[in-house]
Amino acid sequence: MEQTARAKKTKINFRQYGMIIALVILALFFFVTTNGRFGKPMNVYNIIMQNGYVLVLAIGMLLPILTGSIDLSVGSVVAVVSAFAGVMMYNWGMPVWITIIICIIAGLIIGLWQGFWIAMINMPPFIATLGDMLIFRGLTLVILQGKTLAPLPSSYVQISSGYVKDYIGILFGIESSLNITTMVVAVIFCILILIGQLNSRKQKLKYGFEVSSVGSVFLKTAVISAAILLVFWRLALYKGIPYVLLIVGVLALFYNFILTKTTLGRHIYAVGGNAKAAELSGIDIRRVKYIIYVNMAFMSAVAGIVFSARLNSASPLAGQGFEMDAIAACYLGGASASGGIGTITGALVGGLIMGILNNGMSLMGISSDVQQIVKGLVVIFAVAFDILSKNKSSR
Amino acid sequence: MEKILLEMQSITKEFPGVRALDNVTFQVREGEIHALVGENGAGKSTLMNVLSGWYPHGSYEGKIIYDGNECKFFNLKDSEKVGIVIIHQELGLIPYLSIAENMFLGNETAHKVGPLEVIDWNECHNKAIMMLNRVGLDENPETLVKDIGVGKQQMVEIARALAKNVRLLIMDEPTASLNDADSQRLLKMVQGMKEQGITCIIISHKLNEVEEIADAITVIRDGATIETLYKGIDEITQSRIIKDMVGREMTDQYPKRVPKIDQIGFEVKDWNVFHPLYEGRKVIDNVSFNVRKGEIVGFAGLMGSGRTELAMSVFGKAYGKDISGKIIKDGKEVEFKNIADAINQGVMYLTEDRKGAGLNLIDDIRHNITIANLQAISDRSVVNENEEIKVANEYRKRLNIRSTGILQPTGTLSGGNQQKVMLSRGLFSDPDVLILDEPTRGIDVGSKYEIYTFMNQLVDEGKCLIFISSEMPELLGMCDRVYVLNDGRIISELKGSEITQERIMDDILTDTRKRAKNGANSKSKENEN
Repeated sequence: MEQTARAKKTKINFRQYGMIIALVILALFFFVTTNGRFGKPMNVYNIIMQNGYVLVLAIGMLLPILTGSIDLSVGSVVAVVSAFAGVMMYNWGMPVWITIIICIIAGLIIGLWQGFWIAMINMPPFIATLGDMLIFRGLTLVILQGKTLAPLPSSYVQISSGYVKDYIGILFGIESSLNITTMVVAVIFCILILIGQLNSRKQKLKYGFEVSSVGSVFLKTAVISAAILLVFWRLALYKGIPYVLLIVGVLALFYNFILTKTTLGRHIYAVGGNAKAAELSGIDIRRVKYIIYVNMAFMSAVAGIVFSARLNSASPLAGQGFEMDAIAACYLGGASASGGIGTITGALVGGLIMGILNNGMSLMGISSDVQQIVKGLVVIFAVAFDILSKNKSSR
Repeated sequence: MEKILLEMQSITKEFPGVRALDNVTFQVREGEIHALVGENGAGKSTLMNVLSGWYPHGSYEGKIIYDGNECKFFNLKDSEKVGIVIIHQELGLIPYLSIAENMFLGNETAHKVGPLEVIDWNECHNKAIMMLNRVGLDENPETLVKDIGVGKQQMVEIARALAKNVRLLIMDEPTASLNDADSQRLLKMVQGMKEQGITCIIISHKLNEVEEIADAITVIRDGATIETLYKGIDEITQSRIIKDMVGREMTDQYPKRVPKIDQIGFEVKDWNVFHPLYEGRKVIDNVSFNVRKGEIVGFAGLMGSGRTELAMSVFGKAYGKDISGKIIKDGKEVEFKNIADAINQGVMYLTEDRKGAGLNLIDDIRHNITIANLQAISDRSVVNENEEIKVANEYRKRLNIRSTGILQPTGTLSGGNQQKVMLSRGLFSDPDVLILDEPTRGIDVGSKYEIYTFMNQLVDEGKCLIFISSEMPELLGMCDRVYVLNDGRIISELKGSEITQERIMDDILTDTRKRAKNGANSKSKENEN
């Protein structure tokens, strides 16, 4: 009995970490095949820059996917928000901070519109968001009149290409090729993780639960810290922490907290697992759906800002196919298409796998058409592997 | 007429944890109408599913001898080949296809063009008209099924069976959803088919119909044949059939309890509910009931009598629309705006549909227990996971949920343990009034006993318990009082020694007959107008 329980535990852990292991193997593979170019500080920086908006969208997309549906309008919402931003700053010369606020508000309003059809009228999300995909793409063309607006103010562009300056280095007058602030932040972050882990262990002890030994807590933290320090070290050797990383990091931590620690998170998983059961447990399904789609549009607005800042322009073609990238990231990260299963970590790892594939293959000089094929195959094989392993475990 | 067409010998069929059929023997003579009767869950439908090949050969023990040969059916197609056709209780017609399309679904008249089979619609329509004539239905075969009434749909089902060259027709509750006039028409049809040499097995709850048309009646109880009565040989009365159907002696399948009944804790008055989809159809008609603290009150009735609908409409309007009536809890009138509101005010309902509407099967025991009352373990909507684990472990121990731990997904538990998870969820929401809808459906005897024991504990704590069940012995064994429902109304209230299966059945049958008569009268009046 005990043995089967233990076997089950290792299986679960493997499933949980499988994608992370795949990510590490993939990174090593590209490191070798590109003679180390893949691991160069500038390239690590680029990967983060290139994928920031996809990661933001993947975090947002996880929520509809958890309830068993998807949002197809994401790319168009990104485009329409970029267009707003472009027109406001380029045509009307409005200040950057007001533009950002208005863009976020626009995103929320779009979300209210979407949520109305899905939650109140009970329209299948696939159809409602399909309609919105067309509406907002069209609206983008109308707003931009088919033209690309560029360049955008440099302080706006900073959002996606800026980085945290080495304040500590400047303050203490240290001349170094290493960005000291970045490393200090990384170390503080690692210490916070350790404190968090120890604290949760202490809480468990207070409840009299079985806990893993202090040693294994340190070991686990050491592994995570090593990964964080490695990435930050590469960044510190280049410019420092990109703002994009801060945005993604804050969003990831926040949504992870919402999904794993709050009643709202529980409600989302419950609705995805069995909507009828959730309803009979007193969960307001319409409210949950409304929140999810308002949030998705909000995240699309954030991604729209990040993306237009990166392009340094507002283009009518912006954001095409982004919804598919975000959906693929979630599924790659172990989310279930029928809902109820999926994690923020998974979505991030899935998004990074897609991003690393892009970047690594480009460095190897593989043409973009072949890249598409490879990415498609990766999604299919990864999900097939997931389904087959689930079938096996349920038998 | 003495030739035996079908003989099912020593059929035993087991489901995980339940023996649904135990050594059942069943004989049908050629050209007769044979009625199969028994309580809900007695095994009638299972027996017919074995016969039709729905449960393939090998999944049960025993022999089927049909027309002198032993048969091994692996699917419905196999049994249809030899002329056995089953018409299920829920109509198997597709509403947006035409009558003809439905009739020849999977049985199309087609000729091969290369690898394709091209349907010959003219031929199909011709045949359809012929079959429709045989059942006395004058409809254009191109009419969509959704546009004809339920009665006619049932006729289409029979015509469909005829199109398959049926020799032995099995009908599961064919008149359950029909009004009296349509029922009569259908029964006449069945008798007409008998003259055409078609043998018929009818499963029915309506004993008056059975008495009227059947040449033989087989009674099944608890997965075993009790007896077969033949018209003209045995004396067939409804009371004899009922006795056969319910007959078992009460032993101590039910834990003893000394009732400690207090004042009225929960009361519903003049409750009316309309169907959520069909405009103007009343599902619950002016119902009033009450439950005292420390009392187990049963809701008896046949399927479709409105028990679940009543319970769910009271539970924060989880069912129905245009709901009217009063709810009085602890002497005060209350209103439940939605389900969350009902739960907060101390009413909890646990569904009969454990898998479909009860549990999140992909999630673990822990989350399933706490989901209805997360705020109890949360600080400003942040869930305290340690507290949650503690709670889940407590309930797992208290209800003896057999599992590898609280992290086991509920989808992998047995029915009895799933039900205990449901009960835990109900209890964790700390209700004063708990409504249990078929809490023991499809679970093994041992778990049933545990659940009964638990119900007794709850009322001993002074809670009000409403117990909906289709298994009458269970109601008899557990309830202090029973309301009998039929057709969306409470038709009687039975106390103590009045609660007998015969009485409940009798009340339902009398009421159905009365309603049918009134219905027929008002129908004829309508026609006059």
